Amino acid sequence: MNFNFERKNINFVKHRKLFFTIPAAIALIGIILLSTLGLNLGIDFESGSRVEVMSEETLTADEVYDEFASIGYEPDDITMAGDDNEMAHARFIGVLDQGEIAEIQEHFTEEYGAEPSVGTVSPQVGQELAMNALISVMIASVGIIIYVSIRFEFLYGLAAILALLHDAFFIITVFSLTQLEVNIPFIAAVLTIVGYSINDTIVTFDRIRENMKNAEVIETFDDLAKIVNTSLLQTLARSINTVLTVVFAAGAIFLLGGEGIRTFAFALLIGLVAGTYSSLFLASQVWLVWKGKQLERRKQKEALAETEGEA
Amino acid sequence: MVKKWRIVAFFLIVILLGGLMSQTAMGIAKNINLGLDLQGGFEILYEIEPADSEQDEVTEEMLNATVSALDQRVNALGVSEPYISIEGEDRIRVQLAGVEDQQTAREMLSTEADLTFRDTDDNLLLSGDSLEEGGASLEFDAQSNEPVVAITLEDSEEFGEASQHVIEEFSPPDDRLVIWLDFDEDEHSYEEEVMEEDPEFLSAPGFPRGPLYTSNVQIEGGFSVEEAEFLAEVLNAGSLPVDMEEIYSNAVGASLGEQAMESTIYAGFIGVALILGYMMVYYRFMGIIAAITLAAYIYIVLAIFQWMQGVLTLPGIAALILGVGMAVDANIITYERIKEELKYGRSVMSAFKAGSRKSLSTILDANITTILAAGVLFYYGDSAVQGFAVMLIVSIITSFLTAVYGSRLLLGFWVKSRVFNKKPRVFGVKESEIREL
Repeated sequence: MNFNFERKNINFVKHRKLFFTIPAAIALIGIILLSTLGLNLGIDFESGSRVEVMSEETLTADEVYDEFASIGYEPDDITMAGDDNEMAHARFIGVLDQGEIAEIQEHFTEEYGAEPSVGTVSPQVGQELAMNALISVMIASVGIIIYVSIRFEFLYGLAAILALLHDAFFIITVFSLTQLEVNIPFIAAVLTIVGYSINDTIVTFDRIRENMKNAEVIETFDDLAKIVNTSLLQTLARSINTVLTVVFAAGAIFLLGGEGIRTFAFALLIGLVAGTYSSLFLASQVWLVWKGKQLERRKQKEALAETEGEA
Repeated sequence: MVKKWRIVAFFLIVILLGGLMSQTAMGIAKNINLGLDLQGGFEILYEIEPADSEQDEVTEEMLNATVSALDQRVNALGVSEPYISIEGEDRIRVQLAGVEDQQTAREMLSTEADLTFRDTDDNLLLSGDSLEEGGASLEFDAQSNEPVVAITLEDSEEFGEASQHVIEEFSPPDDRLVIWLDFDEDEHSYEEEVMEEDPEFLSAPGFPRGPLYTSNVQIEGGFSVEEAEFLAEVLNAGSLPVDMEEIYSNAVGASLGEQAMESTIYAGFIGVALILGYMMVYYRFMGIIAAITLAAYIYIVLAIFQWMQGVLTLPGIAALILGVGMAVDANIITYERIKEELKYGRSVMSAFKAGSRKSLSTILDANITTILAAGVLFYYGDSAVQGFAVMLIVSIITSFLTAVYGSRLLLGFWVKSRVFNKKPRVFGVKESEIREL
């Protein structure tokens, strides 16, 4: 089995305007979605309580609701889970206290034979968690820009961060669209994708840098474009294979993994799609445009210097 | 000429590795600490306030004293791997995995262990300060043989005066000395509680034979042996110097945790099997080498994690499986590079050398950026995210060692043995793809 991309004349660079339009459109949709629908924040980020019950038999939301009602509680939302709907997640807006938790746990252990899981978060802690997550993404981004600027050059770093933000924002947009619950593992998934995205972009940039070094003349935009296209083709097989293997892992967790980790895996899968798109169609192309402008400016300066010298 | 000893060395290493792994893998896996999301248990984040209302700031001393008091209580519970830590300026996080009776554990943790003796109008007569240090113990009542808590007071005079007070000031049936644990003025009153079937106070003995001038007092509370034993331990450990309020809690039922772990591990196996299968189909011989180094990778990560006393959580397992992806990536980058060099018409030997060398800086850059992200996660994340970050960092470092050096060593045996000279097909490169120089 083999992918023979180098022999095929795929031109990535030619359609770059289209490649830029798609993310721009998605970003616009994302902003609209976030300002209208918003995100379905889990109790990790808001405040409230979550009770997870499991039974040996199939349950319905009504049954679970009645069970709660029988001991005097009224969940604000119940969602079913598990292969045979044998699990239920109930959400309460207020924070349950120790005695209430004890009562609920006792009741459901007796009824269903398995001790339910209960989580509570006070408003203050929820907000802190969200802030910490945001701060960590910012700090990670700055750290990556600095590292890439040292190892490569500033323009590479800037393009890499653009790709990274694209990927993170894409996941957030999809979560706003699907209204899936945003919780702590979601943050972990976004940060993992940030890592992968940068990883993917760096591999391509590494090849561009190498090909730039070996190139004899880089005078026009077309010279640059050719190098970028060749580099993309050379790393394409690797990009596809790596994404495929990670998709295998994330896909298996998504389909077969535990309930609590499913959203995490889903966020990863979306992120991988976005990450592949951004490293193939966004990062290198944006770098090409910026670098091309830099090249032009330098040429103009040189021309100016020459005319001045002649005069 | 084919150098056979290199191939023999390859098989020796693989057999040794396989033997070591199959012998010790189960032991390592069993010794890994599981987080409470995998084995059930609970986690509580407390916010601390000084018990003494005159003090308005929580001092470090106060926090440390609270942690050691909590530690003693947890020990009394018999939890094997408690985790108690100070967070920020006024918070304490307690994680107890694998606790069977979550209710009792919760009560035991949060009690202020503030023992008070009051009259039936709730006036304070004697406080916990009058207890002699280490003077509480489990005993059995001489007549009923019920478990009771025996306490020793510093001064027999004080207790006598208290009993005198209730006899003189109150008439039956209210001439009782009410013993409370964690009395709260806003919530509790004898008048209400005495009507309840299961009152909040511990006991309310009367004094039919007049005032008792003694320093040895028995508390009968209809305890079970465990409850009496615990109360004694808590009283000995001393009351907490602070008020604690739960601001975050997470309790996982044992069977829910077990189910999450089983399905995630199963998913992990399937995912890893798919990856290995794909690698072997696509990269042929090099894919087999990748499979060996991946098995070594998973083994080493678990061994390091156990040695670090890390706590394996659900996101941690996810990081481990994702680490497999990273390890595969390092292999893929190297192999793609070797294939490329072969296609340029290099010999197998020189393609191997050039491919390994050129791919190293790429892999290094890619891994360092990911470690950077994981480091930030570790520093800022909460405990669940931290478990993920630690696993990710261990994974990346291990994958770098196994996928770069391990893979290079094993593949090197074959390449240098020269059996593959002029056989690029073994590496997944067709003769027709090779450009003439």
